[in-house]
Amino acid sequence: MAKRKLVLTFPEDIVTKPITYRLVKDYDLSFNILRAEVTPDMEGKILLELSGDIPKIEEGINYLQESGVTIQEAARDITVDKKECIHCGLCTSLCMTQSLTLDPETKKLLFDKDKCILCGLCSNSCPVDAIKLKM
Amino acid sequence: MAKTIEEINKKIKDGNVVVLDAEEIIDYIEENGAKKAAKDVDIVTTATFGPMCSSGAFLNFGHSDPPIKMNKVWLNDVPAYSGLAAVDVYLGATELSESEGMNYGGAHVIEDLIQGKTIKLRATAHGTDCYPRKDIETYINKETINQAYLFNPRNVYQNYAVATNSSNKTIYTYMGKLLPRFGNATYSSAGQLNPLLNDPYYRTIGIGTKIFIGGAQGYIAWHGTQHNPNQHRIANGTTIGPGATLAVIGNIKEMSNNFIKAAIFPGYGVTMFMGIGIPIPVLDKEMIDFLKIKDEDIFTIIEDYSVQRRNKPTYGKVNYKQLRSGNIAINGKKVQTGSISSYAKAKSIAQYLANLIKEKKFFLTEPVSQLPQDEKFGNLEILSQEEI
Ligand code: SF4
Ligand code: SF4
Repeated sequence: MAKRKLVLTFPEDIVTKPITYRLVKDYDLSFNILRAEVTPDMEGKILLELSGDIPKIEEGINYLQESGVTIQEAARDITVDKKECIHCGLCTSLCMTQSLTLDPETKKLLFDKDKCILCGLCSNSCPVDAIKLKM
Repeated sequence: MAKTIEEINKKIKDGNVVVLDAEEIIDYIEENGAKKAAKDVDIVTTATFGPMCSSGAFLNFGHSDPPIKMNKVWLNDVPAYSGLAAVDVYLGATELSESEGMNYGGAHVIEDLIQGKTIKLRATAHGTDCYPRKDIETYINKETINQAYLFNPRNVYQNYAVATNSSNKTIYTYMGKLLPRFGNATYSSAGQLNPLLNDPYYRTIGIGTKIFIGGAQGYIAWHGTQHNPNQHRIANGTTIGPGATLAVIGNIKEMSNNFIKAAIFPGYGVTMFMGIGIPIPVLDKEMIDFLKIKDEDIFTIIEDYSVQRRNKPTYGKVNYKQLRSGNIAINGKKVQTGSISSYAKAKSIAQYLANLIKEKKFFLTEPVSQLPQDEKFGNLEILSQEEI
């Protein structure tokens, strides 16, 4: 039995239910959805932990990719350095789960770690390197 | 009744000047009307804090013994231009380090100078009778050198485009990371706080206007490069997309890293966040008509940055209120937005400048000359000698 923590990105035209169902049925995998964010008109993102036999996990991942789902390894941790941040808000355009937002009043960055699915989309974006993702 | 800059400066001196920032004036006008606002308020402070690539510093190191006419110069391994007199250089903000590439550049050297850090200076020369030395390696900081001033050929853009990406891959641009299939959109303007959007025909902002630049008091030296007064305007005078620009000057030795910051746009390179504040005198009611603009009155164009051409496909207009709401619609799809310039920082600069004025530490100047109201905005064509 092995475990993999992955971030799945579903394009807006793919329905998630039948796909996850087949993971269980055809590949004998069990999964635990740690966090999910599916917004209408946008892509959906799911952070999940797959467990099963290593070859089955690989097959399952291949199946997902063939269905048009983008897969990436989840980051281990994220930190936002409040001292370095200049509150531009660039990173907020990349974060689909709204864990990075600008406070509508103060226009300063808010980071809600509980909403973060460690998808890594905000990496490589901060002009002052205030966001650090551990892979 | 109209006010003059002289009268406003006297009010500053007497300690009874009324200063609001460009956000506060909006509510003031709404509550009190334009006439009363024109009478009550003397100065409105505007500001911007955004990445401005066309920035750089003139430095003079003083002469070594024996002296050298520097030919090639590096500061912490970042090349500086020395095709000037013996020990004068121009260091561009976007110049990259020869040893660290995109991780360090001209903007970082300028930031290190401001912080008083030690910088390694290396230079080579061909050697002349008057300047015999052929190479030098030494260390400098802002105290050891003579002059150090920013001279930025193009800052304070009057509006800018929105960037998005229609392609199938993530692209890395000076407008930030753009996700595939319209995954996000980025913009760069302080909007209702932006200096040139609050004085769209440059009635009060001109050559010689004293400004707040990176923590120092500097000046507008000239109109900026790519200054485009003929850009399309709407009824309130603001341009849709990039219009006027400013060339600005200020003393690095008086700057602070609170108001100027080196930046790296991953995959693009190094640039400099410039904090600039400009006071606008409320000369009469006409100025109030300009100063009342708010984010929803300022429009810009959405451009597709995945098309690597000068003219990019566009996806219509949006205003800054929509942009700041966090998402806009492009082709019917909801797209998340983010700014690459900092509204929070711009606001704090506008407030800081307002306080400097109230504390009698900053006085206004009359422009010595107007910015051009007409200017060529051309392109670079690839021509043969016969075609030109
Ligand atoms: S990794 Fe970044 S982009 Fe992804 S959810 Fe967390 S904060 Fe948002
Ligand atoms: S991109 Fe960086 S500087 Fe800008 S708001 Fe996000 S963390 Fe702060």
